[in-house]
Amino acid sequence: MENTAQLVQYILTGITIGAIYALVGLGYNIIYNVTEVINFAQGEFVVLGGLVMVFMTNTLHLSLPVGFFLSVGIVTILGALMDKLTIQPIKNATVLTLIIITIAVSIIFKGLAMLIWGRDPYTLPAFSKAPPFTLFHAIIQPQALWVLGITTVVVILLSLFFRYTMVGKAMLACADSPEASRLMGIPVQRMVLISFVLSAAIGAVAGIVITPISLMEYDRGALLGLKGFGASILGGLGSFSGAVIAGLILGLIESLCAGYVSSGYKDAVALIVLLLVLFIKPSGFFAGKRASLKKF
Amino acid sequence: MRVSKCIGVILVLMFVVSGFQPLPAVAQEAYKIGAVFSVSGRGAFLGEPEKKTAEMLAEQLNKQGGINGHPVKLIIYDDESDATKCNLAVKKLINKDKVPVIIGPTLSGTTLAIVRVAEKARIPLLSCAASYKIVTPVEKRHWIFKVTGSDRHVVSKLYRYMQSKSIKKVGIMTVSTGFGASGREELLRLAPKFGITIVADERYGPKDTDLTVQLTKIKASGAQAIVNWSVGPTQILAVKNWYDLGMKIPLFQSHGFGSKKNLVLAGPAAEGVMLALAKVNVGPLLPNSDPQKKVIMAYKEAYEKKYGEPISSFGGHAWDAFNIVVQAMKKTGPDPAKIRDCIENTKGFVGQHGIFNFSPQDHNGLSEKDLVMVVVKNGDWALLK
Amino acid sequence: MGYEKKKILCLILFLVIFPVLVNYIPAISNYLEVMIFAGIFCLVTIGLSLLMGYAGQISLGHAAFLGIGAYSSGILTTKFGLSPWLGILAGVALSSAIAVVVGIPSLKLKGHYLAMATLGFGEIVFIVFNEEVDLTGGPSGFADIPYLHIGSFEFTSELTYYILVWSVVLIGLFFALNLIHSRVGRAWKAIHGNELAAEAMGVPTSKYKLKIFVLSSIYASIAGSLYTHYICFLNPSSFDLFWSIKFVMMVIVGGMNSVWGAIIGTVLLTYLGNEWLTAFKHFDVLVYGFILLLITMFLPGGIVSLPEILKSKRTITR
Repeated sequence: MENTAQLVQYILTGITIGAIYALVGLGYNIIYNVTEVINFAQGEFVVLGGLVMVFMTNTLHLSLPVGFFLSVGIVTILGALMDKLTIQPIKNATVLTLIIITIAVSIIFKGLAMLIWGRDPYTLPAFSKAPPFTLFHAIIQPQALWVLGITTVVVILLSLFFRYTMVGKAMLACADSPEASRLMGIPVQRMVLISFVLSAAIGAVAGIVITPISLMEYDRGALLGLKGFGASILGGLGSFSGAVIAGLILGLIESLCAGYVSSGYKDAVALIVLLLVLFIKPSGFFAGKRASLKKF
Repeated sequence: MRVSKCIGVILVLMFVVSGFQPLPAVAQEAYKIGAVFSVSGRGAFLGEPEKKTAEMLAEQLNKQGGINGHPVKLIIYDDESDATKCNLAVKKLINKDKVPVIIGPTLSGTTLAIVRVAEKARIPLLSCAASYKIVTPVEKRHWIFKVTGSDRHVVSKLYRYMQSKSIKKVGIMTVSTGFGASGREELLRLAPKFGITIVADERYGPKDTDLTVQLTKIKASGAQAIVNWSVGPTQILAVKNWYDLGMKIPLFQSHGFGSKKNLVLAGPAAEGVMLALAKVNVGPLLPNSDPQKKVIMAYKEAYEKKYGEPISSFGGHAWDAFNIVVQAMKKTGPDPAKIRDCIENTKGFVGQHGIFNFSPQDHNGLSEKDLVMVVVKNGDWALLK
Repeated sequence: MGYEKKKILCLILFLVIFPVLVNYIPAISNYLEVMIFAGIFCLVTIGLSLLMGYAGQISLGHAAFLGIGAYSSGILTTKFGLSPWLGILAGVALSSAIAVVVGIPSLKLKGHYLAMATLGFGEIVFIVFNEEVDLTGGPSGFADIPYLHIGSFEFTSELTYYILVWSVVLIGLFFALNLIHSRVGRAWKAIHGNELAAEAMGVPTSKYKLKIFVLSSIYASIAGSLYTHYICFLNPSSFDLFWSIKFVMMVIVGGMNSVWGAIIGTVLLTYLGNEWLTAFKHFDVLVYGFILLLITMFLPGGIVSLPEILKSKRTITR
C-alpha cells in the first residue's frame, strides 16, 4: 500500500499548490479580460498579501478575520494605485510598453517588500489549530483544506459576480470590445480599475492562505507569477474555469514529476508546459470560444 | 555630430566629477584591512552580521590603540551577493585602496570568482565562505585561506554520530544552490566511509513551497534517517513537513539551521531535530573548561550589547577572519607576503568556530573536532551526548 | 552611414582617452574594470536592441544566451582542454542552434505571449545550468577557467582585456549599423511598423524575425564567452531572470530605437549599479524599478531621444 499512499500524497500536494496557481491565474485573467494587458506584477500581489498579513498578525496581533480583510484591503489599494498611476496615464501604449511598465511595477513592489520586510522568510500560524490527519495513508494539513476551500469560494463568488451583476457583465463587455462598450456608456476606465482591484484582492488572498504552509519572502513573486500565468494560458486566457482547472492540473503535473521523475527539474516542468501550450495551442485547452477570438 | 560629441564630453565629465572625493584625513599611519561582504542580496543574512562584527571589532581594536599603535582602517564593500560586483570590489580594494589583506567574501560563488584576482595580485585573502574549492587545489590557492568549517567536517560529524546509533540507510534532500550542492557532494562521497548507504537523493529549489513530495519519497525508500541540507525558508519547510507527515525517522539539518530565528520560525515542529554546529552557536552550553568558551562569551556579550540581536555563526566567521589577520599583522605589519606567511603558520588560534591550525597544505585550519552535536529541545539548543 | 561614422570616431576617441584618464585620476582608478563589464554587456544589448528596437520583438530570456556562450566556453576549455577561441565558436554555434529551435515557434507569437515564451525559455535554461551538475558544476559553479590567449600571449591584464572587449564591441557595433542601413534593416523596420503590411508587401517576415533573433543570440553568446575568460569562474546566478530584465532595461533606458541607445543605457546602468548607487544599497531594486517605469512612461525613446526632444522644444518656443 506504500505506493498508493505516495500517490495520494503527491496528488494532495499537487492540488494544494495547484489551487494557488489557479488563484494567480484567475488574477491574470481578470485583468486580461478587461484590458488585454498581462500584468507581470500579479505574483507580487500574492507576496504582498502574505507579508502584509504577517505584519498584521505578528506585529499588530490582530485577529485572523480582521487581519485578513485589512491585508486584502491594503493590497487592493496598491492594485488600484498601480492602475491609476501607471496604466491609465498611458494612452495609445504599445504592447511592449505595457509589458515593460508592469515589469517595472513588479520590480518596484519587490523592492518595497525587500525594504520593509527584508529578505527573511516569514510564517503565519495556520488558520485552525487542528493537527494533520490521514486520508488513504497520506497526510493532509488542515491549512491545505483552507487553501482549497477558500479557492472554491473565490471562484464561486467571481462567477456569480461576472454572470449576475451589472458591473461584472459590463467588465466582460469591455473585454470583447472596449469601443462598443464605451459607446454603450460603460465607463471603461472604471472597469479597468475594478479589474486591477479584483486581481490584487485575489492575489492577496492567495498569498495569505499559502503562507502558513510554505512561508513567504519578498522575492517569491516572479516564479509564482510565471506559473500562475502558465495556468491561465493552459486554461485559455480569459476563461475563469479554465484557469482553475489548469492551475490544479499544473500543480498535479509538477508534484507528480517531482515524485516520479526528478525533483530538481520540477520547476522546468511547469515552464515546459507553458511553452508547449504557447507553441501548440495558445488559446488554451479549457477555454470556450471567447479565448479563441483573442489575438495572439 | 555636435550632439554626440556633447554626449561624449558629458559622459567623460560625469566620470571625472563623480570621482572627486574629499581629501582623506590624517591616517598615514593607519593599517588598512579590506573586506568584502554580501551585505545585501541573497547572502545578506550571512553578510550583514559579518559586516557588523567586523566593524565592532575594528572599533574595539582602535579603542585599545590599534595594532602596535597604528589605528586600523577597515574598508568594507558590499558585493550584493553578485560575482561581478565582488570581482570589481576586490579589484578596487587591491588597486585603489591598496589594502595588504582582505577578509571575506561571504559566499562561495563570489569567492571563487575572485581567487584568481587575489592570487595574481599576491594579496592574502581570508574567505568566510564554505566551499572546499576555495582552498583546493593548494598549489593554485597560495594566497587564499578560509575560516569556515568545511562541509566535509560537518557531514563527517553527522555520519559519525549516525554510525554510533547504527544507522545504515540515509535519505538526503538538498537545495539546488551552491550551499546545497556542496553539502550533497560531501554527503554522497563520505557515506561509504561510515558504512552508510544513501537510499534516496532528492533535490528541490530554493523557492519551493512544499517538500512533502521529497520527504514522502525518502520515507518510501526505507531510510532510517534524513539529512536535509539547505538554508533559507526551505530548511524551515523541511522541518515543518517532516513534523506534519509524522515521520518517525530522525531529521538532521545542515549547520545552516544554526540560528535562533530558525527555531522560532519552525516552532514546535523542530523538537528533536539534530545538527552539527560550531561552538559559537552554543556558547552558554559549553563547559567552562572549554578553551573556546571565553572568546565566544566575550563576543556574544559585546555583539548583543551593541546591536541588540543574538549572535549568529556567520558573524563568527568575520570574528575569526579579522582576529587572525590582526594577530598576524601585530607580528608583521602591513606587508602582504609576510602576513600570508604568518597566517599560514598560525597554530592554536582560539576562535569562534574552532581552534585554527593552518599549514601550507591546509589553508582551512579546522577539523571535525571543532564541531558539537546539538539537538533542539524545548525550542532551544541542547548538547547531544 | 556617414553620420554614424562620425559617432563611431567619437566613441573610439573616448575609448582611447578613457584608460589614460583612469590612470591619472586616482579617484576613478577602478573605472577601467567597470568599463570592461560594461563592454561585455554592451555586446548583449546591441544584439537585443536590434531585436527589440528594429524588429519590434521582445526577449525576456536573453541572459540564457549569455549563459550558453559562457558555459560552452568554460566547459570546453576546462573539461576538454580546447582552445578558448574554439570554445567561443562552439558557443556561437550552440546558441544559434538553440535560437533557431526556440525562435521558430516563439516568433509566431506576439506581444505578451512572446514575452512569456522567452521568459519561460530563459528560466528553463537557468534550471538546466543548475541541475546538470556533472556538466556545469551546478549551483556551485566551477572555477579555474583558463585565460584567453593568442599563442603565448595571455589576456590577463585589465588593459589588454579592455582593448579586446571594446574592439569586439566596435566590430559588433559596426556590423549592426551596417545591417540597419541595409535592405535587411529596412525590412526589419517595416516589420516593426506593421507586420501585416510588411507581409503584404512581400517581406518574408518570419524569416527575417528568426534571423535577427539568431543574430542577437550570437552577440550574447560571444559576450558570455568573453565574460567567462575574464572572471574565470562561472555559476548560474549570473544568468538568471533578473539579468535578462536588466538587459532589457539597459536597452530601454538608453533608447530602444538606436544601437547607440543600447550602448549609452548599458554603460550608464553598469556604472549606476556598481559605482554610483552603492549608497542606495537597500533601495537599489526600487531605484531600478523606478528608473524603468519613469523612462517607459515619460521618455519612451530613452536617453538618446533627449537631444531631439530638447531641440524640438526649443524650436517650438522660438
